[in-house]
Amino acid sequence: MGLNVAAATDASIQGSFGTTRLDFVVDLIKKYGINWSRKNSLWPMPFATACCGIEFMAAAASRYDIARFGSEACRFSPRQSDLLIVAGRVAVKMLPVLQRIYVQMTEPKWVVAMGACASTGGVFDTYAVIQGFDQFLPVDVYIPGCPPRPETVHEAIMAIQRVVREDGVKSSKERGRGLQLRIEPPQMMPGGSQLREGSLGERASGPVI
Amino acid sequence: MATADAIAALQERFPELNLEAQPLMPARNGEASDQLWLRIPADRLLEVAQFARDDPRTKFEQLCDLAGIDYLNFPDAEDRFAVVYSLLSLTHNHRLWLKVFVNDPDPQVPSVTGIWRGAEWPEREVLDLFGIRFPGHPDPRRLFLPEVFQDHPLRKDYPLHGKGERTSFEVVRRDSV
Repeated sequence: MGLNVAAATDASIQGSFGTTRLDFVVDLIKKYGINWSRKNSLWPMPFATACCGIEFMAAAASRYDIARFGSEACRFSPRQSDLLIVAGRVAVKMLPVLQRIYVQMTEPKWVVAMGACASTGGVFDTYAVIQGFDQFLPVDVYIPGCPPRPETVHEAIMAIQRVVREDGVKSSKERGRGLQLRIEPPQMMPGGSQLREGSLGERASGPVI
Repeated sequence: MATADAIAALQERFPELNLEAQPLMPARNGEASDQLWLRIPADRLLEVAQFARDDPRTKFEQLCDLAGIDYLNFPDAEDRFAVVYSLLSLTHNHRLWLKVFVNDPDPQVPSVTGIWRGAEWPEREVLDLFGIRFPGHPDPRRLFLPEVFQDHPLRKDYPLHGKGERTSFEVVRRDSV
């Protein structure tokens, strides 16, 4: 699609990929035109199952105002929204419902796991609570907290906005084969051999908790 | 205490059951407890409940609660399960608890929904979480857990993390339809 594929896969150009002028313009239009309008009008679908739902309401209300992100139109219909915010624990009975709601949403769509329970199951490690619904649904942003402060929810909205602008989180290959380590590994400490690269020394097995 | 009258009435009507009121908890401060329970065999439960609701000396119009107990590993227990009925008389302002003890396999207790309609959902809860059946119940299905759930989680031998029910779901990916 215009990408200089040969350059991208050429091992000699380590960590870079070539772009053409057309790519540049298309990227510009996408990032600052289409994605700009998408990210500034993310209409959430609040899938509030528990206490985090209340905190989401607080984040949406006037003091912490989610309207400044363009998100005050909380459509409770999956067909009319683009951001699914799962706020609260997802029970075993509720997960198929959640999956059905996600599938009914129209593209483009993003998912936020709000709170500890949606991300990992939280304090409820029982037979009836899904320990992180990301096992069964794709998630873009996780919000830690129990419940997260409204400011944290807004930080997550901003993170989703970055994700939307960049068309998702790029893999390290797309970003240029990951980071190049340009710093020296630490020098060996006098009298110690544990920090030698690639060996753990006598601490190969850590403490067993 | 009015509860003593109610118990006396029950003992008079059902002498063969040898009803003996015991306190729910040990007495504190030397005071006798006014929370007393009676042991009722499962096959006589409906008669006793009907009498308890209707007789003018007892008049327990309200069933406050219905709960299940699992006595597994309890030091003094003789039976595995019990169903507890918490009765309140609004006319006389006294309370009474009835306990019906049942065992595996297939624990069953006759349903009291015909006597106190409010027993409908608590009995469904006990069925769902303990597996005690209530023949005569108008709607015997699970209350909280999904219908496909196999076990009865509040039994003491059921593991807290479940037996894999919380991980056996279809995975929806970004490119799934």
